[in-house]
This record gives sequence, C-alpha cells and structure tokens, in this order.
Amino acid sequence: MTTPATPTPESPPASGSPTAAGPGRLDVAAIRRDFPVLGLRQNGHRLVFLDSAASSQHPRQVLDAMTSFYETSYANVHRGVYQLAERATAGYEGARSKVARFIGAPSTNEVVFTKNATEAINLVAGSWGRANLGPGDAVVLTLMEHHANIVPWQMLAAHVGFEIRWVPLTEDGHLDLTDLDRLLDGAKLFAFTAMSNVLGTLNPVARLTAAAHDKGALALVDACQWVPHLVTDVVAMGADFVAFSAHKMLGPSGIGVLWARSELLEAMPPFLGGGGMILNVTTEGFTPDAPPGRFEAGTPPIAEAVGLAAAIDYLTGLGMDAVHRHEVELTGYALRTLKAEVGDALTIYGPSEPSERGGVLSIALEGVHAHDISQVLDTQAVCIRPGHHCAKPLMRVLGAPATARASIYVYNDTDDIDALAAALVAARDFFKL
Amino acid sequence: MSGLEDLYREIILDHYRSPRNRGELESPPAHRTEGFNPLCGDEVVVYVMVDGEGRIADIKINGQGCSISQSSASMMSAAVKGKTIDEARALTSTFKSMMSIHEQDIGGDGTEAEADPADVTAEMKLGDLEALRGVVKFPVRIKCATLSWNTLTQALDEVAAARS
Repeated sequence: MTTPATPTPESPPASGSPTAAGPGRLDVAAIRRDFPVLGLRQNGHRLVFLDSAASSQHPRQVLDAMTSFYETSYANVHRGVYQLAERATAGYEGARSKVARFIGAPSTNEVVFTKNATEAINLVAGSWGRANLGPGDAVVLTLMEHHANIVPWQMLAAHVGFEIRWVPLTEDGHLDLTDLDRLLDGAKLFAFTAMSNVLGTLNPVARLTAAAHDKGALALVDACQWVPHLVTDVVAMGADFVAFSAHKMLGPSGIGVLWARSELLEAMPPFLGGGGMILNVTTEGFTPDAPPGRFEAGTPPIAEAVGLAAAIDYLTGLGMDAVHRHEVELTGYALRTLKAEVGDALTIYGPSEPSERGGVLSIALEGVHAHDISQVLDTQAVCIRPGHHCAKPLMRVLGAPATARASIYVYNDTDDIDALAAALVAARDFFKL
Repeated sequence: MSGLEDLYREIILDHYRSPRNRGELESPPAHRTEGFNPLCGDEVVVYVMVDGEGRIADIKINGQGCSISQSSASMMSAAVKGKTIDEARALTSTFKSMMSIHEQDIGGDGTEAEADPADVTAEMKLGDLEALRGVVKFPVRIKCATLSWNTLTQALDEVAAARS
C-alpha cells in the first residue's frame, strides 16, 4: 500500500501531514492527489466529478488494498484450513469489525454484508417482513424515499396485503411531521431515509425512530446518503435496521451493509438460501446458521469487503466531522454561487439552509431539460446526473419530471462549483433563454 | 462547444421551443397511449385519430422531456399526420434504422438496418427528421429520440387490435 495522504486511526496524524489544513478541516488538494480518476482530462478540461451521490470515486488506498488482497490473501472465506484461506477470512471478518466500529454497532455480529443497500432492505422485507407483516398491518414510508425503500415494500404488500402509508413533505423539502403520530398508529414499521438523495434534506433520525417506537413500530433507516457523509451511531439513531452501500463512501460496488439489532437478527428467518448460511443440511431440511452468516448465502464479496474497510480507514483518517463540515461549507458556497452566476432561471430544490442538508443539489434550469443540461455540462467535463434519481413519488411532489443533480464529496472544491456554474451559464446561453 | 451543434441542430431547437401538434385529443374517439423512458422519467402521451380508411387524420403529443425527445415527437407528429398507418409504420422503421447506426458501429450484426433498405428508405423520406441523425453519436440519447416513435407504434398496434 502507498502511504495514505491521510492518517488512519491506528496512525494518528503527524504534524505537517497533508491533512493539516487546520484542525477539523480537509486538505482537499491533498485528498485529490489520492484519487487517480481526478487526474483525467476531457476536452481540455479537468474532470469535475459531481455525481458522488450516485457512486463515489476511489482513493489509491482502496484500490491498493484490494489489489494487494488479491495478490497475497485471496481465497474463499470460512472454508479452507490453509493459510491463504485464513488470511482471506481474516480480511473479510476484519472488515466486518471495522464496519461495526465505524457505525457504533454494539456487536460485530450485527453487521450483515449484502450486495448493496437495496439488497439489505430487500433482506429486511423478505425475512423480517414476511415473518411479521400481514393483512391489517401497516408500513409507513415517506414521499422522499428512493425506490430501494419503496418497491421492496410494495412487492411484499402485494403478496401479504398490508397497507403502505406515506409521510408528506413541506414546501421547503422537509418531512411534514404534523400527522406522524396518526400515520404511525397501528404501524409495524417506519422505514425512512436519513438523507434525501434528491433534496439533500437531513432528517431528524432519532426523533423519527423514537416516534416509531412510541407506537410500537420498528424503525428502518436507509442511511445510504448518511453514512458516507456524517458521523454514524446506530445506537444514537435509535434504529432497528440500518442499510447502506460501500460504493457511495469511497468503497467498491458490489457490497453493502445491513445492520440490525441482535435480537431481531436472531429471530429472523433466512433470506437467500445456499452454502454458508446453514449449520446442517439433510434430505429432510436444513438448520440455519446464527447471524450474520445466516444472511450471507453463497460466496460473499470478499475483496470488496477489504476495499470497504480501506475506505473506512480513509474516511476515519479524514474525520467524519471534518467531512461533514467541508460539505456544509461547500454546499453553502454552491447555493450562493449558482444563484449569483446563473440567475433567476435556476431553481435549487430542498432546504435553503446549508446546515439542514447534505451535499446534494437538485437543480432545474427554466426551459432546459435536465438531460440537455447534463449534455452541455459533459462538454465541459462536468459530471452530474439527470433524471428522476430513483425517487419518482418525490419527483411528482416537486412537479418536476427530472432534475439535474450535482452532489459533492471529500474531493470536491470551490473550483468544481465554479466550473459547474460556468457550465450552467453556458447551457442557459446555448438554449438562448 | 464542440460536438453540441451536431446534436442540437437549429431545427431541433426550433421544434423544442415551438412544438407542433402539441396538446390532447378527446379520447375516445381518439386513441391515447403513454410512453415512459424508465431511465430518465420522460413521459410522452400520443393521441391518434385514425379515420375509416386507416389514415392518421389527427395526432397530438403531450408529456414532458428533453429537447431531443420533444423535438423528435414534434417532428414525428408533423411527418405522420395525414399518412396511412402503413406509411407511418414504414417511416417509423426508417427512422429507427437511422437511430440504430450506432449498433453497427460497435459491432452489431446490422441486420436491422440492412433489412430491405430499398423497400423502406426509398419509400419514406425523413425530411426534417434527418436533423436527428447526430443523436447516434450520443448513444444515451437514442432512447430520447425513439421514445415517441415507440409510443406511436404501440398506439397503432392498439388501434389495429381494436379494429380486428
């Protein structure tokens, strides 16, 4: 592995380290040097990557950790007795411990590796939901959910016949909690996002989980947009289930996490069946293993777990408080700059106060469709995402078929925002508004 | 801006800013079909009024989308209005052949475009629709350009099914 530009928890920062941009602040220039992809040039422009809410880029430390693992430690896990296999298992299980510490999980065994957050939520629906939900029950969702936290519940409801209720939104893109207690009456689960992937709204997670528990419901938190950007403590959140993906937090695609309280996991039936999730199999049937193995059928994403662990080391080295502070500051800069440069033709959805939102800016340019914005921006190497962002119920509330979404992360700086503003001005002018 | 002029030809922007045959037809008697682009959320609604001789007597387009999907729908409506169902299908086939050039370029077998080009292209002139040729250089936008055509095909299939 190359030396991280950023210290890991095991190696506290030496004075004069590249991150020493002041206490609790990110040295973005040093961080950028860790990301090979950011050295790309396109059409003579530096790559301006503003699509991290869809999937983030990878520092050299993550890439090296995975390559090194493949070169020295790869074998299937939990099987072989040879040393290579033991190293593989140690790498995989070490990643589980690292995830547990990163999210404040009371026990490592509460961390289940999945393919991604979508699979994690499907696991809860297919296992806990199938065992506990039936006709007459209710699941409460919000209108700002990603399809990943909508469709699994709709699929299950179609099978077993429970009601889905929706928490509405306020004008400024917050959850409207006026009728929350009534909506939660008789509900068995409240499943909500910690942060909107379209509006950037940061939800009052602990308050929402407490409201669910007051009514006897469990709380599932879709933390896909939270874990990469803020300090995560599943106990302080008061959550029963938490789902997130590695690929939005500098890690590889192909691995995600379901965290759930031990008592819940112990009582839940298996989700997928196969090797690795059983204690015993006979011609008559099978005996499932204990969690987390019970929920990890088949060969898991092994090197991806090692990559996720390296991503956690990298983020921990930066400090999640500093990450969040950087994003609030850059979001504030973006809100001011875009409005000033592009003018009244520009709409930015979501809360206007930067501290109430994460680094996601969904924008509309009057008279120019999000696809066309993105196309023009691409000529200036500005990568944003057009579309409905897998949140069609929310888009209907916004009255926008599509938005152009710019999302920021640890490697973005004011130059990126300036390039975005300039490209939006070019789009506005190209379409002669 | 390099390349953009290939995509956004002036006639495309003209149809985007001033869409032809925009609106709704009462249905019934007209036939209404919705099309979705699940990738981007674009929606198009095609209303067709087919007369007793199988001619598209009137057509209206509604919905929302990008300049490529909207201008393609607008040009399509102008091109097929007054044509028979068979002529509209032939034009659709010609247009979609033009939009599938990319598949040949990247090693597709090209069977679609080579299927009796004389029968189709000789018969149907694309006219203004030629302006959309540049879209094939931007593969992710091909679905934008073909959305309204696929929706029209579905509408004509439904009309034919209702009559048989």
